[in-house]
Amino acid sequence: MSAVVKHRLFWPLVVLLALILLNTVSRPSFVSITVHDGRLYGSLIDVLRNSAPLMLVALGMTLVIATRGIDLSVGAIMAVSGAVALTIIQDSGDAANPAVLAVAIGTAVGAGLVCGLWNGFLVAVLGIQPIIATLVLMLAGRGIALLITGGFITTINSDPYKFMAQGYVLGLPFAFYVSLAAIAVVALVERRTALGMLTEAVGINPEASRLAGVRARGIIWGAYAASGLLAGFAGILYSSNIMAADANAAGLYIELDAILAVVLGGTSLAGGTFSIAGTVVGVFTIQTLKSTITFLGVPPAVTPVFMAAVVVVVVLVQSRRFRRWVGLLAASLRARSPRRPDRAEVAS
Amino acid sequence: MTTTQTAPARQARVAGSRRRFMTRHASWIPVFAAAAILVAMVVGAQLYFGHFLTPRLVSSILLDNSYLLILAVGMTFVILTGGIDLSVGAVMSFTGMMGASLLRAGLPSSVTAPTMLAAGALIGLGIGVLVQYFDVQPFIASLAGMFLARGLGFVVSLESIKVTDSSILWLQGTRLHIGGSGWYVTPTGILALLVVAAGALLLAYTRFGRTVYAVGGNEQSARLMGLPVARTKLLAYVVSGTCAGLAGVVFTAYTGAAYPLNGIGTELDTIAAVVIGGTLLTGGSGFVVGSMIGVLVYGMIKTVINFLGVDQSWTRITIGALLLVFVVVQRVIVARSARRR
Repeated sequence: MSAVVKHRLFWPLVVLLALILLNTVSRPSFVSITVHDGRLYGSLIDVLRNSAPLMLVALGMTLVIATRGIDLSVGAIMAVSGAVALTIIQDSGDAANPAVLAVAIGTAVGAGLVCGLWNGFLVAVLGIQPIIATLVLMLAGRGIALLITGGFITTINSDPYKFMAQGYVLGLPFAFYVSLAAIAVVALVERRTALGMLTEAVGINPEASRLAGVRARGIIWGAYAASGLLAGFAGILYSSNIMAADANAAGLYIELDAILAVVLGGTSLAGGTFSIAGTVVGVFTIQTLKSTITFLGVPPAVTPVFMAAVVVVVVLVQSRRFRRWVGLLAASLRARSPRRPDRAEVAS
Repeated sequence: MTTTQTAPARQARVAGSRRRFMTRHASWIPVFAAAAILVAMVVGAQLYFGHFLTPRLVSSILLDNSYLLILAVGMTFVILTGGIDLSVGAVMSFTGMMGASLLRAGLPSSVTAPTMLAAGALIGLGIGVLVQYFDVQPFIASLAGMFLARGLGFVVSLESIKVTDSSILWLQGTRLHIGGSGWYVTPTGILALLVVAAGALLLAYTRFGRTVYAVGGNEQSARLMGLPVARTKLLAYVVSGTCAGLAGVVFTAYTGAAYPLNGIGTELDTIAAVVIGGTLLTGGSGFVVGSMIGVLVYGMIKTVINFLGVDQSWTRITIGALLLVFVVVQRVIVARSARRR
């Protein structure tokens, strides 16, 4: 039992299950899944579908945080990627042509990758602090996206493009398959090769790992590149969901949600050991929390208060001092009530 | 006996004293660089536009950025201790909302303004407690503060609240003319300059200020020296929160209304201004005066882009590019001084 409680994923999962339970109690229809035309519908399916952009971004963020870094620019990269894709599609005049879509998506994801490489260059080669290095692109990125769209919100009408965020395959949303594929690729590359271990080594002690022969520079650079690439894909999904490239609103505050998801999943911001499964749980927790808030009838604007409460609770639970206080409190309570039933059981 | 020196000796002495000056004032060099950029921008704009440097325009830069100046002073304290405060923009917006609703309820501004400062200080204290006593990273702790303040602002009201209180509007509406040539300053500008002066004096000459530098330089050493590390870090966040509350007063006066979406992204502008002003994000090195120059550079960029009449999105791109230049320059300076040791 204590092995289960001590497992890294125990508390993140408890939080997620508690949220789902809370929802189910107050609204039994929350867990019900209905089938229409061979497609599944329901609140849980919505969570799977809507969490896809956050999932991609959070996976990249996990890698960056594991190297002791942080990537604030993901939201701006999403805006750039969406702007590039939709501008290409709009200019082509043939929105349904698969070749045009392939070029647009390829260029947009490439733009995300370039942004990620740029961040990685600043951090790994020039040695600039990650917060500031990515702050540069966070500030400039939305401006660049606005320049690409010419200051307008570009909208398109393209069914194949729409399919990516809103289509269904085998009864499940297509976007969910995208997140599954991303999780699988990241997990395979990081955990079935030595890359994951090397990343953790760099995050725990960059200098020691360099002396041990780990190419810290390449690994850090790669983490930022991966984050940019995944943010590029997330930008495509986001723009496909609303069929518009909104340079100001695309991915706004997603960097904060992603960092939160990673921390909720038990990965420390101090770098080192990371958990991909934890991040996945964290992403679902945040998405469920958001739908909970919407359901409770709270105006969406007040959502941040709930987010603040969750952040505070999670960081307190992770804090060593707080755990010790709770332990002391429990101990003093036990000492004050000597006649507890379990003692009677022991006596018998 | 020799009153006249040979030319090479004098040159060597000048070079030596210059090097001594540079090493002794290494932490001032980024500030000088920022000042040089500011001067270059002013001169360049004057040459390009011809009629740029009017008393009216220069006065308006202080007027338009007084809230940012106050935020930057508070942020400097936090960054000097090696932390960061992402909550300032949201706290400014929340205190503005709170103040406006209190004023609407009929409370006098003499009660409202201190309440706004206290609310800011309280949020700062909360962030500081999380950082200091629960080992939460400043980034995450102040993120929670930002979410909290942003949400509370919406709890107060979802719509903007107009401010009609005469004393709050006086802060902004009064133009105190200096000379007769169009120079003016508003009470908000004076307030901001007073905050800069107070911050600079506090950091340079008080025990608390010197401890802030010591904690940022090396927290472990500061603790071993017996300095009150916990209290100092806590106070730095309280200072930043209080400044955010004051910025709420100034910003409410500036816009004449409070709106819960005010100040989105202001925390990033503030951090950018502080970094451009030469404060190292690793802590321990930087000056309030530098942050003021950083804010002025920011204000200049905004004004120049307005003057050029190009797309506003260029403001952000320019700020980002300038931030990059400054960070690289700082990086080079730090690497050099590390090699010299």
